[in-house]
Amino acid sequence: MSVGILGTKLGMTQVFDETGIAIPVTVIQAGPCTVTQVKTEKTDGYSSVQIGFGDCKEKALNRPKLGHLKKSGTSPVRYLREYRTTEKDGAFEVGQSLSTDRFESGQLIDVSGISIGKGFAGNQKRNNFRRGPMSHGSKNHKQPGSIGPGTTPGRVYPGKKMAGQMGNEKVTVRKLSVVRVDSDRNLILVKGGVPGKAGSLLSITPATIVGQQ
Amino acid sequence: MNAEAIIRSIEAEYIKDDLPKIYVGDTVRVGVRIVEGGKERVQPYEGTIIAMRNGGINETITVRRVFQGIGVERVFLLHAPRVASITVIRRGKARRAKLYYLRDRVGKATRLKQRFDRAL
Repeated sequence: MSVGILGTKLGMTQVFDETGIAIPVTVIQAGPCTVTQVKTEKTDGYSSVQIGFGDCKEKALNRPKLGHLKKSGTSPVRYLREYRTTEKDGAFEVGQSLSTDRFESGQLIDVSGISIGKGFAGNQKRNNFRRGPMSHGSKNHKQPGSIGPGTTPGRVYPGKKMAGQMGNEKVTVRKLSVVRVDSDRNLILVKGGVPGKAGSLLSITPATIVGQQ
Repeated sequence: MNAEAIIRSIEAEYIKDDLPKIYVGDTVRVGVRIVEGGKERVQPYEGTIIAMRNGGINETITVRRVFQGIGVERVFLLHAPRVASITVIRRGKARRAKLYYLRDRVGKATRLKQRFDRAL
Protein backbone atom coordinates (compact mmCIF):
# COMPACT_ATOMS: atom_id res chain seq x y z
CA MET A 1 0.00 0.00 0.00
CA SER A 2 1.51 3.23 -1.04
CA VAL A 3 0.87 6.65 0.32
CA GLY A 4 -1.81 8.66 -1.42
CA ILE A 5 -3.43 12.03 -0.87
CA LEU A 6 -6.86 13.25 0.10
CA GLY A 7 -9.13 15.43 -1.98
CA THR A 8 -12.66 16.53 -2.66
CA LYS A 9 -14.72 15.68 -5.68
CA LEU A 10 -15.71 18.80 -7.59
CA GLY A 11 -17.84 17.28 -10.33
CA MET A 12 -17.70 15.82 -13.78
CA THR A 13 -17.17 17.21 -17.25
CA GLN A 14 -15.53 16.08 -20.45
CA VAL A 15 -12.31 16.92 -22.22
CA PHE A 16 -11.05 16.04 -25.68
CA ASP A 17 -7.87 14.11 -26.34
CA GLU A 18 -5.50 14.77 -29.24
CA THR A 19 -7.44 12.45 -31.55
CA GLY A 20 -10.61 14.41 -30.83
CA ILE A 21 -12.33 11.81 -28.71
CA ALA A 22 -14.34 13.06 -25.76
CA ILE A 23 -13.17 11.65 -22.42
CA PRO A 24 -15.51 11.81 -19.42
CA VAL A 25 -13.52 13.11 -16.48
CA THR A 26 -14.04 13.70 -12.79
CA VAL A 27 -12.38 16.82 -11.42
CA ILE A 28 -10.79 16.26 -8.02
CA GLN A 29 -9.24 18.99 -5.93
CA ALA A 30 -6.58 17.15 -3.96
CA GLY A 31 -4.11 18.29 -1.39
CA PRO A 32 -1.91 19.83 -0.33
CA CYS A 33 -1.89 17.41 2.58
CA THR A 34 0.48 17.70 5.51
CA VAL A 35 2.14 14.76 7.17
CA THR A 36 0.95 15.00 10.77
CA GLN A 37 2.52 11.85 12.15
CA VAL A 38 4.90 9.13 11.04
CA LYS A 39 4.39 5.78 12.71
CA THR A 40 7.22 3.31 12.73
CA GLU A 41 7.64 -0.34 13.61
CA LYS A 42 9.68 0.62 16.64
CA THR A 43 7.30 3.12 18.20
CA ASP A 44 3.87 1.94 17.08
CA GLY A 45 4.33 -1.66 15.98
CA TYR A 46 3.59 -0.87 12.35
CA SER A 47 4.72 1.74 9.89
CA SER A 48 2.35 4.28 8.43
CA VAL A 49 1.97 7.91 7.56
CA GLN A 50 -0.83 10.07 8.87
CA ILE A 51 -1.85 13.01 6.73
CA GLY A 52 -4.24 15.89 7.28
CA PHE A 53 -6.47 17.58 4.74
CA GLY A 54 -9.18 20.22 4.62
CA ASP A 55 -8.76 23.55 6.36
CA CYS A 56 -11.18 24.32 9.13
CA LYS A 57 -11.58 26.75 12.01
CA GLU A 58 -9.70 26.15 15.19
CA LYS A 59 -12.90 26.12 17.23
CA ALA A 60 -14.21 23.20 15.17
CA LEU A 61 -11.65 20.89 16.75
CA ASN A 62 -11.31 19.71 20.31
CA ARG A 63 -8.22 20.24 22.41
CA PRO A 64 -6.74 16.75 22.08
CA LYS A 65 -6.86 17.06 18.31
CA LEU A 66 -5.39 20.56 18.35
CA GLY A 67 -2.62 19.30 20.61
CA HIS A 68 -1.93 16.46 18.19
CA LEU A 69 -1.73 18.87 15.26
CA LYS A 70 0.47 21.24 17.22
CA LYS A 71 3.18 18.57 17.38
CA SER A 72 3.53 18.68 13.61
CA GLY A 73 2.88 22.41 13.40
CA THR A 74 -0.10 22.03 11.05
CA SER A 75 -2.98 24.46 10.81
CA PRO A 76 -6.33 22.97 11.90
CA VAL A 77 -7.50 20.28 9.48
CA ARG A 78 -10.83 18.55 9.15
CA TYR A 79 -9.65 15.11 8.12
CA LEU A 80 -6.83 12.87 9.28
CA ARG A 81 -6.15 9.65 7.42
CA GLU A 82 -3.45 7.03 7.63
CA TYR A 83 -1.65 5.10 4.91
CA ARG A 84 0.38 1.99 5.65
CA THR A 85 3.87 2.21 4.23
CA THR A 86 6.48 -0.33 3.29
CA GLU A 87 9.05 2.32 2.58
CA LYS A 88 12.05 2.77 4.80
CA ASP A 89 12.08 5.17 7.71
CA GLY A 90 12.90 8.70 6.76
CA ALA A 91 10.98 8.66 3.48
CA PHE A 92 8.38 10.87 5.09
CA GLU A 93 8.87 13.58 7.67
CA VAL A 94 6.40 15.26 9.96
CA GLY A 95 5.31 18.55 8.45
CA GLN A 96 6.07 17.47 4.90
CA SER A 97 3.54 18.55 2.31
CA LEU A 98 2.10 16.07 -0.18
CA SER A 99 0.52 17.53 -3.28
CA THR A 100 -0.82 16.52 -6.66
CA ASP A 101 2.64 16.35 -8.23
CA ARG A 102 2.91 12.89 -6.70
CA PHE A 103 0.75 11.89 -9.67
CA GLU A 104 1.31 12.30 -13.38
CA SER A 105 -0.99 12.01 -16.37
CA GLY A 106 -1.42 8.50 -17.70
CA GLN A 107 -0.82 6.95 -14.29
CA LEU A 108 -3.27 4.40 -12.90
CA ILE A 109 -4.84 5.26 -9.56
CA ASP A 110 -7.36 3.91 -7.10
CA VAL A 111 -9.95 6.33 -5.76
CA SER A 112 -12.00 5.53 -2.70
CA GLY A 113 -14.78 7.44 -1.05
CA ILE A 114 -18.22 7.13 0.47
CA SER A 115 -20.87 6.24 -2.11
CA ILE A 116 -24.15 8.12 -2.43
CA GLY A 117 -26.61 6.81 0.18
CA LYS A 118 -29.80 5.28 -1.19
CA GLY A 119 -31.34 4.54 2.21
CA PHE A 120 -33.19 1.31 2.97
CA ALA A 121 -33.63 -0.17 -0.47
CA GLY A 122 -35.57 -3.21 -1.61
CA ASN A 123 -34.30 -6.10 -3.65
CA GLN A 124 -35.19 -4.64 -7.03
CA LYS A 125 -32.99 -1.62 -6.51
CA ARG A 126 -30.34 -3.15 -4.30
CA ASN A 127 -29.82 -6.60 -5.81
CA ASN A 128 -31.29 -6.21 -9.29
CA PHE A 129 -34.13 -8.66 -8.64
CA ARG A 130 -36.96 -8.84 -11.15
CA ARG A 131 -40.40 -7.68 -10.23
CA GLY A 132 -43.54 -9.80 -10.05
CA PRO A 133 -46.49 -9.35 -12.41
CA MET A 134 -48.13 -5.94 -12.00
CA SER A 135 -51.66 -7.07 -12.99
CA HIS A 136 -53.97 -10.07 -13.49
CA GLY A 137 -54.72 -10.16 -9.77
CA SER A 138 -51.07 -10.38 -8.75
CA LYS A 139 -50.15 -8.82 -5.46
CA ASN A 140 -46.50 -9.82 -5.75
CA HIS A 141 -44.98 -6.63 -7.15
CA LYS A 142 -41.72 -6.02 -5.32
CA GLN A 143 -41.55 -8.96 -2.93
CA PRO A 144 -38.31 -10.94 -2.64
CA GLY A 145 -39.83 -14.40 -3.21
CA SER A 146 -38.68 -17.46 -1.33
CA ILE A 147 -35.62 -16.91 0.83
CA GLY A 148 -34.69 -20.57 1.22
CA PRO A 149 -35.74 -24.12 2.19
CA GLY A 150 -38.01 -25.00 5.15
CA THR A 151 -37.41 -27.07 8.27
CA THR A 152 -34.06 -28.27 6.97
CA PRO A 153 -31.89 -26.25 7.57
CA GLY A 154 -34.47 -24.16 9.47
CA ARG A 155 -32.57 -20.95 8.92
CA VAL A 156 -31.76 -18.51 6.17
CA TYR A 157 -28.34 -18.97 4.67
CA PRO A 158 -25.84 -16.25 5.39
CA GLY A 159 -25.29 -13.86 2.53
CA LYS A 160 -28.89 -14.13 1.27
CA LYS A 161 -29.68 -11.07 -0.77
CA MET A 162 -32.33 -9.08 1.01
CA ALA A 163 -33.52 -5.51 1.46
CA GLY A 164 -31.38 -3.18 3.53
CA GLN A 165 -29.16 -0.12 3.57
CA MET A 166 -27.80 0.67 0.15
CA GLY A 167 -24.97 3.07 -0.55
CA ASN A 168 -23.28 5.33 2.02
CA GLU A 169 -20.46 2.84 2.32
CA LYS A 170 -16.81 2.92 1.38
CA VAL A 171 -16.29 2.16 -2.28
CA THR A 172 -12.97 1.93 -4.10
CA VAL A 173 -12.83 2.36 -7.85
CA ARG A 174 -9.64 0.77 -9.08
CA LYS A 175 -7.30 1.47 -11.98
CA LEU A 176 -8.67 4.80 -13.10
CA SER A 177 -6.30 6.68 -15.33
CA VAL A 178 -5.17 10.22 -14.68
CA VAL A 179 -5.95 12.46 -17.64
CA ARG A 180 -4.28 15.61 -16.43
CA VAL A 181 -2.67 17.07 -13.32
CA ASP A 182 -2.89 20.78 -12.63
CA SER A 183 -0.52 21.34 -9.72
CA ASP A 184 -1.08 25.11 -9.70
CA ARG A 185 -4.69 24.66 -8.74
CA ASN A 186 -4.23 21.27 -7.03
CA LEU A 187 -6.49 19.56 -9.53
CA ILE A 188 -6.49 16.00 -10.82
CA LEU A 189 -8.62 15.02 -13.80
CA VAL A 190 -9.49 11.34 -13.64
CA LYS A 191 -11.10 9.38 -16.43
CA GLY A 192 -14.45 8.00 -15.32
CA GLY A 193 -16.59 8.37 -12.25
CA VAL A 194 -15.69 8.21 -8.58
CA PRO A 195 -17.87 7.44 -5.55
CA GLY A 196 -19.97 10.05 -3.79
CA LYS A 197 -21.44 13.40 -4.60
CA ALA A 198 -19.54 16.56 -5.43
CA GLY A 199 -17.88 17.84 -2.28
CA SER A 200 -17.26 14.42 -0.78
CA LEU A 201 -13.89 13.31 0.59
CA LEU A 202 -11.80 11.04 -1.60
CA SER A 203 -8.59 9.16 -1.07
CA ILE A 204 -6.37 8.90 -4.13
CA THR A 205 -3.61 6.31 -4.16
CA PRO A 206 -1.43 4.81 -6.88
CA ALA A 207 -3.18 1.70 -8.17
CA THR A 208 -2.59 -1.57 -6.40
CA ILE A 209 -2.13 -4.16 -9.11
CA VAL A 210 -2.34 -7.81 -8.15
CA GLY A 211 1.00 -9.52 -8.54
CA GLN A 212 2.96 -6.30 -8.25
CA GLN A 213 4.48 -5.06 -5.07
CA MET B 1 -12.88 29.66 -6.80
CA ASN B 2 -15.79 27.31 -6.30
CA ALA B 3 -16.25 23.93 -7.94
CA GLU B 4 -18.57 25.27 -10.62
CA ALA B 5 -16.10 27.95 -11.69
CA ILE B 6 -13.18 25.52 -11.77
CA ILE B 7 -15.08 23.11 -14.00
CA ARG B 8 -16.16 25.97 -16.29
CA SER B 9 -12.55 27.06 -16.61
CA ILE B 10 -11.48 23.53 -17.61
CA GLU B 11 -14.23 23.41 -20.20
CA ALA B 12 -13.38 26.88 -21.48
CA GLU B 13 -10.21 25.55 -23.15
CA TYR B 14 -12.31 23.38 -25.42
CA ILE B 15 -15.39 25.51 -26.03
CA LYS B 16 -15.47 27.00 -29.52
CA ASP B 17 -16.43 30.63 -29.71
CA ASP B 18 -16.69 30.81 -33.49
CA LEU B 19 -19.81 28.70 -33.84
CA PRO B 20 -22.65 30.32 -35.82
CA LYS B 21 -25.99 30.84 -34.14
CA ILE B 22 -28.04 27.79 -35.05
CA TYR B 23 -31.63 26.85 -34.39
CA VAL B 24 -33.77 23.75 -34.70
CA GLY B 25 -35.12 23.57 -38.24
CA ASP B 26 -32.03 25.05 -39.89
CA THR B 27 -30.32 23.28 -42.74
CA VAL B 28 -26.61 23.10 -42.01
CA ARG B 29 -23.44 21.78 -43.55
CA VAL B 30 -21.17 20.16 -40.99
CA GLY B 31 -17.53 19.53 -41.84
CA VAL B 32 -16.45 16.30 -40.15
CA ARG B 33 -12.77 15.55 -39.71
CA ILE B 34 -11.98 12.01 -40.79
CA VAL B 35 -8.63 10.28 -40.40
CA GLU B 36 -8.01 7.74 -43.13
CA GLY B 37 -4.71 5.93 -43.39
CA GLY B 38 -2.87 8.58 -41.43
CA LYS B 39 -4.30 11.37 -43.57
CA GLU B 40 -6.88 13.82 -42.38
CA ARG B 41 -9.63 15.27 -44.49
CA VAL B 42 -12.89 17.10 -43.93
CA GLN B 43 -16.05 15.44 -45.12
CA PRO B 44 -19.18 17.55 -45.43
CA TYR B 45 -22.51 16.34 -44.10
CA GLU B 46 -25.63 18.29 -44.90
CA GLY B 47 -29.06 18.06 -43.33
CA THR B 48 -31.76 19.55 -41.15
CA ILE B 49 -31.28 20.05 -37.43
CA ILE B 50 -34.12 18.16 -35.79
CA ALA B 51 -32.94 18.39 -32.19
CA MET B 52 -30.51 20.25 -29.95
CA ARG B 53 -29.49 18.87 -26.58
CA ASN B 54 -27.65 19.99 -23.48
CA GLY B 55 -25.51 23.07 -23.12
CA GLY B 56 -21.95 24.08 -22.49
CA ILE B 57 -19.29 21.66 -23.65
CA ASN B 58 -21.83 18.85 -23.93
CA GLU B 59 -24.03 20.57 -26.50
CA THR B 60 -25.11 18.34 -29.39
CA ILE B 61 -27.20 18.68 -32.53
CA THR B 62 -29.01 15.93 -34.39
CA VAL B 63 -28.80 16.41 -38.14
CA ARG B 64 -31.17 14.45 -40.37
CA ARG B 65 -31.00 13.92 -44.09
CA VAL B 66 -32.54 11.45 -46.47
CA PHE B 67 -29.82 9.70 -48.42
CA GLN B 68 -30.77 7.29 -51.23
CA GLY B 69 -34.24 6.94 -49.78
CA ILE B 70 -32.95 6.08 -46.33
CA GLY B 71 -33.14 8.51 -43.44
CA VAL B 72 -29.77 9.16 -41.80
CA GLU B 73 -29.42 10.96 -38.48
CA ARG B 74 -26.08 11.95 -37.03
CA VAL B 75 -25.48 13.46 -33.63
CA PHE B 76 -22.63 15.96 -33.49
CA LEU B 77 -20.92 17.15 -30.35
CA LEU B 78 -20.66 20.81 -31.28
CA HIS B 79 -17.46 21.60 -29.41
CA ALA B 80 -15.62 18.45 -30.46
CA PRO B 81 -12.47 18.92 -32.55
CA ARG B 82 -13.91 16.33 -34.96
CA VAL B 83 -16.48 18.92 -36.00
CA ALA B 84 -14.36 21.16 -38.18
CA SER B 85 -16.98 23.66 -39.30
CA ILE B 86 -20.67 24.38 -39.27
CA THR B 87 -22.33 26.60 -41.85
CA VAL B 88 -25.99 27.50 -41.98
CA ILE B 89 -27.42 27.07 -45.46
CA ARG B 90 -31.06 27.78 -44.84
CA ARG B 91 -33.16 28.94 -41.92
CA GLY B 92 -36.26 26.83 -41.40
CA LYS B 93 -39.45 27.62 -39.57
CA ALA B 94 -40.14 25.20 -36.73
CA ARG B 95 -42.84 25.50 -34.10
CA ARG B 96 -41.40 22.94 -31.74
CA ALA B 97 -38.04 22.17 -30.17
CA LYS B 98 -37.74 18.61 -31.45
CA LEU B 99 -38.72 17.82 -35.02
CA TYR B 100 -39.02 14.07 -34.55
CA TYR B 101 -42.24 14.11 -36.58
CA LEU B 102 -40.10 14.52 -39.69
CA ARG B 103 -39.07 10.87 -39.28
CA ASP B 104 -42.58 9.77 -40.17
CA ARG B 105 -42.71 11.86 -43.32
CA VAL B 106 -41.37 11.19 -46.76
CA GLY B 107 -40.72 13.26 -49.85
CA LYS B 108 -42.12 16.74 -50.10
CA ALA B 109 -43.72 16.56 -46.66
CA THR B 110 -40.30 16.70 -45.03
CA ARG B 111 -39.72 20.26 -46.23
CA LEU B 112 -39.76 23.06 -43.73
CA LYS B 113 -40.92 26.56 -44.58
CA GLN B 114 -38.02 28.95 -44.95
CA ARG B 115 -37.82 31.92 -42.64
CA PHE B 116 -36.11 35.12 -43.59
CA ASP B 117 -36.06 37.08 -40.32
CA ARG B 118 -32.87 35.37 -39.13
CA ALA B 119 -29.62 36.13 -40.88
CA LEU B 120 -27.67 33.25 -42.32
